Amino acid sequence: MAMLTRSFNNALLFCRLQPLGALGLLIIVVMAGCAVLAEQVTLYNPEAVDFGAMLSGPSSEHPFGTDSFGRDIFTRIVYGARTALTIGFLSSMIGCHIGAAIGIASAYHGGWVDLLLQRFIDIILSFPIVVLALVVVAVMGKTMVLGIDLNLVFAIAIPIIPRSCRVIRAATLSIRTQPYVDAARAGGYSTVYILLRYIAPNVIAPFLVLLTAYIAQAILLEASLSFLGLGVTEPKPAWGLMLAGDSANFYNEAPWMILFPGLAISLSVFAFNLFGDSLRDWLDPKYRN
Amino acid sequence: MIRYALGRIALMIPTLLGIALITFVMIRIVPGDVVELKMRSDGGRVTQQQINDERTRLGLDKPLPEQFYLWMKGLVTFDFGNSMWTGRPVAQEIGGRIGLSIQVAIMAALVAVLIAVPLGTIAALFRDSPIDYLIRIITIAGLAVPSFWLGMIIILVLLTFFKWSPPVTYVSILEDPVKNMSQLIWPSLAVGYRYAAVVARMIRSSIIEVMQEDYIRTARAKGVGEFMVVFKHAMRNALLPAITIIGLEFAFLIGGLVVTEQVFNLNGIGRLFVDAVIRNDFILIQTIVFLLAIIFVSVNLVVDLVYGFLDPRTRM
Repeated sequence: MAMLTRSFNNALLFCRLQPLGALGLLIIVVMAGCAVLAEQVTLYNPEAVDFGAMLSGPSSEHPFGTDSFGRDIFTRIVYGARTALTIGFLSSMIGCHIGAAIGIASAYHGGWVDLLLQRFIDIILSFPIVVLALVVVAVMGKTMVLGIDLNLVFAIAIPIIPRSCRVIRAATLSIRTQPYVDAARAGGYSTVYILLRYIAPNVIAPFLVLLTAYIAQAILLEASLSFLGLGVTEPKPAWGLMLAGDSANFYNEAPWMILFPGLAISLSVFAFNLFGDSLRDWLDPKYRN
Repeated sequence: MIRYALGRIALMIPTLLGIALITFVMIRIVPGDVVELKMRSDGGRVTQQQINDERTRLGLDKPLPEQFYLWMKGLVTFDFGNSMWTGRPVAQEIGGRIGLSIQVAIMAALVAVLIAVPLGTIAALFRDSPIDYLIRIITIAGLAVPSFWLGMIIILVLLTFFKWSPPVTYVSILEDPVKNMSQLIWPSLAVGYRYAAVVARMIRSSIIEVMQEDYIRTARAKGVGEFMVVFKHAMRNALLPAITIIGLEFAFLIGGLVVTEQVFNLNGIGRLFVDAVIRNDFILIQTIVFLLAIIFVSVNLVVDLVYGFLDPRTRM
């Protein structure tokens, strides 16, 4: 109970000190709610074709209008949140974790291992994110598990790995030389114990910030890949996909087909950026006051 | 300075080799076979014999180290092999398209800097005023809006109000510079918005920092006008960190270009790359990826050298 009160107070303090971050969090919660309760939020089927209602503008029946197949755009955006958040969250989790593991190992081990790994990371960093993801998509093809393309998740996670590795390595380096780590080593504790007990808790703050920031990047990247026809494919609802192919033929007839999915992408990336920035300030004691 | 430059250039060589090696391995890590994947994806029945012949023709039956050596040899002599789809030399495919992309990239960077410098400076000078908040919203949005969607919105607005739509073919800058610029300014804006946002944020925070320095107080104390304080004393130092960002953000610019070229029917290297990925044209993919990585590394090298030239402290 005391724990609960404390975390509630902490949350209140966060909202008061970081109003913009709280706004970001609110948007994220609403989006996640839509994603989980999509069936309750909207009554249409996201893949149901209705040629009678083709390209109809926003109305009380279809608040965001319909596309060239007569599918309700609001419904596809709500279900699209499910796609975007699942892929964004999974990719960011996988990418940041692998990156953090390499970063901690590299910094803790030091010496030639660190040198070699960092050169390797440098080289991976010279491939632009979209380009690297596209190559991975091209080489790996598709592997569907529970309706999610795992290879797409990996393609988005791979460019995140070196970037997360860099940040976590820097954080580890500054902790490695602390007296209490030396003391633990002198006390004869195993490396694994020291890493888990002393190093990991200290890099958790930058790690959380990375995780949020890269969910934003992953959502953006998934939208780009889907837009190019190399990510999520029809008829599954995905925001980037809704902007692809057909929608560009209807600039005049149905501008809502372009407007709303793009707004959804921007708003979600905006929310994660906002929350990530505030989280960084919140977790960094320097900015506390 | 020359020693520093030579040292930096020498360091490029292992990086380039590493880039080549990783690109090479990435393409060949595919389970199964590149040729098989390509020929089967074309549909129709193919015999094992046909696949083997194609492999021999492309040199894919040779041992990997030999393949790598041959590819490297080809890169040095600008013989990148032939596209697996069109059969035309890769050098020719890329050469015909890269000019347009480079032009848009340069224009995007220029437009971005032209927008970012005044925006960042104004935000810093009127810190925490409504105008600062407005600029902050504009720049935060720049990090969230995908460039391809911004491109579509630009087209939508131009189409609605000016009946303008992306041309089927773009006029070359040599043919008609004015028309060329008026066509390419829109994709440049779409791609450059993120760039502008990042640079403006950077300039804002570095001007705020610089304005608290002692030499600014000294300048004011000896009676220099506020205008001169900002433009002569503060700006010069505040712009330095922004230069590094320009190099690092170039990767996003390339990425944005790859996607946005589709929106504007731009027949550039990004579109060629996406087509190559869709068609599993591995020879072409390999060369373009390598090329883009080299461009990114070179831009950063130039940025570092310029920075070293402007700020002698970093030459260590």
